[in-house]
Amino acid sequence: MSASSTAEAPFVPKTKVGSFTNFVDERVGGSGILREFGRKVFPDHWSFMFGEVALYSFVILLMSGTFLTFFFDPSMAETHYQGSYTPLYNVEMSVAYSSSLNISFDVRGGLFMRQVHHWAALLFVASLGVHMLRVFFTGAFRKPREMNWVVGGVLLILAMAAGFTGYSLPDDLLSGNGLRIIDGVIKSIPVIGTYTSFFLFGGEFPGTAIIGRLYVLHILLVPALILLMIVIHLFMVVVHKHTQYPGPGRNDGNVVGYPLGPVYAAKAGGFFFIVFGVLALMAAAFTINPIWNYGPYDPSPVSAGTQPDWYIGFVDGALRLMPGVINDFHFEWVIFGRTLTLNVLLPALVPAGIIFTVLFMYPWIERWITKDNREHHVLDRPRNAPTRTAIGVAGFTWYCVMWAAAGSDLIATHFHVSLNDVTYWLRTLFFIGPVIAFIVTKRIALALQRKDREIALHGRETGRIVRLPHGEFIEVHAPLDEYKRYKLVGFESPAPLPAEPNEHGVVTRKEKRRAALSKWFFEDRVAPATPAELEAAHAHGHHEAIAAGEDQKSLSH
Amino acid sequence: MGNHSDGSPNHSGTVATAGQNEVEKFQDPGLPPHRLRLADTDPVAAKRAERQVAILFGTSVIGTLVFLVAYFAIDLGEDSTIATIRTQNLLLGLGTAFAMLGIGTGIVHWAKALMPDHEVSEERHAIRTEEDRQAAVRIVDDIVEETGIKRRPLIRNTLLGAVALAPLPALAIFGDLGPRPDDALAHTMWAPEGGKLKRLTRDPDGTPIKASDVTIGSAFHVIPEGLNELHEGKLNEKAKAVVLLMRLDPNSLNPSEGRENWSYNGIVAYSKICTHVGCPVALYEQQTHHLLCPCHQSTFDLTQECKVIFGPASRPLPQLPIAVDAEGYLVATSDFREPVGPSYWERDEHERLINS
Repeated sequence: MSASSTAEAPFVPKTKVGSFTNFVDERVGGSGILREFGRKVFPDHWSFMFGEVALYSFVILLMSGTFLTFFFDPSMAETHYQGSYTPLYNVEMSVAYSSSLNISFDVRGGLFMRQVHHWAALLFVASLGVHMLRVFFTGAFRKPREMNWVVGGVLLILAMAAGFTGYSLPDDLLSGNGLRIIDGVIKSIPVIGTYTSFFLFGGEFPGTAIIGRLYVLHILLVPALILLMIVIHLFMVVVHKHTQYPGPGRNDGNVVGYPLGPVYAAKAGGFFFIVFGVLALMAAAFTINPIWNYGPYDPSPVSAGTQPDWYIGFVDGALRLMPGVINDFHFEWVIFGRTLTLNVLLPALVPAGIIFTVLFMYPWIERWITKDNREHHVLDRPRNAPTRTAIGVAGFTWYCVMWAAAGSDLIATHFHVSLNDVTYWLRTLFFIGPVIAFIVTKRIALALQRKDREIALHGRETGRIVRLPHGEFIEVHAPLDEYKRYKLVGFESPAPLPAEPNEHGVVTRKEKRRAALSKWFFEDRVAPATPAELEAAHAHGHHEAIAAGEDQKSLSH
Repeated sequence: MGNHSDGSPNHSGTVATAGQNEVEKFQDPGLPPHRLRLADTDPVAAKRAERQVAILFGTSVIGTLVFLVAYFAIDLGEDSTIATIRTQNLLLGLGTAFAMLGIGTGIVHWAKALMPDHEVSEERHAIRTEEDRQAAVRIVDDIVEETGIKRRPLIRNTLLGAVALAPLPALAIFGDLGPRPDDALAHTMWAPEGGKLKRLTRDPDGTPIKASDVTIGSAFHVIPEGLNELHEGKLNEKAKAVVLLMRLDPNSLNPSEGRENWSYNGIVAYSKICTHVGCPVALYEQQTHHLLCPCHQSTFDLTQECKVIFGPASRPLPQLPIAVDAEGYLVATSDFREPVGPSYWERDEHERLINS
């Protein structure tokens, strides 16, 4: 023990930087943290960047948003505009709209900050969405990451809430009509709708309270919740360690990639600046939300071709698709003297409700069907989970049909087709689009799996055509090396799991349903190539290779 | 559908089928051998990469300078035009973009070309070990035991009751977020005041409209007389009271029973607030006599008392009964005979209230 006590003589730093770090380290224990995380391994793949884009967009939103709060005044008091934008000079408007104009025209760099903020918001929701698609299609939501998938879904909803509350703040004509639509939707809610609307708007629409209330939600409550969810999300990423794509040397027991310091940190850190730079470029060159063109909010005028921000589009599109009257059947009912307006209530709540319910529950649905309780850290290539991929594309298609419907009038005017026809087509696609997408996607996934099998067994096409002595032409195939081959064959291909009796020896109805779903999930499948098959393929290929000539002995076809 | 477990049209004879999971698999060959980059082997290439990184960082410095010059050199004075603002916005943006992209691409290039690119493998650890679980269970048991909450149900139950009730004041305090709706949505400014009928006036200047000014085929955006003089709740009233006024050939109007005298000489007035979710129904197709809402494309047919002929609305636009006063100006003979705008739970009740 005496030997170790001499070794524990207090460390004396030699440089100024050293003594500063030592001061901090002795008080917060930074060495331990650095030891744990400094060389932590992160797998690398381009598709892992979407989450980073979302994170960095959020940071940029916080920075640009803080700047905007210094100049924005969320008051709905009436004023007459006195700023430098002459077309609106002396026009009656709210203080909120007037201060938004001032930010655009009278604060140096204000327009740039507004545009950065708006573009970053659009990118934030978009990158969240794409990140979630990546996670879904690669099966990254499986155990142990189900809860983090849910946190991600909550983040998506919060991001949409943040976007919409912010979109409404300038109190311009376009966003005012957006609020009008929200008011109409809220009023359609049975029993509590009218009260909810009066409570939200502080009385009748539009009132004088809504902008101030949305402002508090937009700059305080929603971003605080987003920040909290991001912390939870990243904490769980650290606990789980990142997933990795399948490949040689990668399995569920390890994580292969670059150490955090220096490579991964440099790439990820540098990427922040790239995201910022791209957003700055967009804000510099592409106008977004030119509120000065719309004018102040007034319940009377509206411009043709109104569009919400893209992430609200699918709800707006659903509102457009729903017919209010079919022949003489009205979707507004009066029951016991109360009005139930299903033509608003159904499209506003049901599709979004279905999308988010299925999204939140999907990890548990798949886990129940597959009875797979193992941890998964190696991702699936989408083709190797054909049914899941098809479900994802079907859902995505459904979303896109609704999203496209939000631009039905613009589709009609740009392509010179009838607005009514566009709507009828989209109504049809609303129902059959997902079905077609499911079937087509599943077939494509299976076909890609067959292609993989073909390449694993017979090698890749070289493009070299050889004429055999008896006149036959063949294309020479080059065998893969074992690493490339493993990428094509190293996956699981689960078979349907038949119904099993429970501990009482009874096959429950629920279990039968599960078995039926399992059959639907895994019935069509392409098994990975096996070494025996490769042997057989080689033996088969050699005959032709030898026949093709001396120098092609090693090539197989 | 056929049997797709085969993988190729030709039966290979070595196909895994259901229940035969454990077919022989390929062995994982392990990580592929590391391949050196040009910069790892060639000092000239490494030096070149170093220079490239430095140039990218230098670009960033130039970008920052561009931003500062654009910020200070371009003055947004009183006489600045939109063109000046656009130019400044472009230069500020380009400056920021170069400043950021220079740093970002420089660092990434540095990492990719010069930092070690050996992929390393690290073991994953169990997220929860059985030992930890047992220790945690013991700790929780001890904690629960020490509180004695199981042995003293009186404490537990009163605590649960208190906690369940405690949030009620927090809810109650939000009770004044807005007034009760009552029948506010049932009435608009068109109701005659003190026996005086309200004139139809132009939106936005508020000048009254003479019946003789309304030619066949024309359309007017209309607000009630006195709206512009309101000091409080002007937009609230406007959001309910805006009206579209149009004149058609009287023969093409087909008034239903009780509405015969709601129009004047082919002039009709309908609420401009869509019965779907409340957007202004601002587009009038003169030839077809259709009104179209630009938000969700609900289409109303003027010749059928604004019945819905397309789109998501379910109810016709409410009609405003109009007539002409002694001076020839158009007036509303009463308020709307039903609530205007989007439907709500109490709507039918309000409609009965109006007509009682």
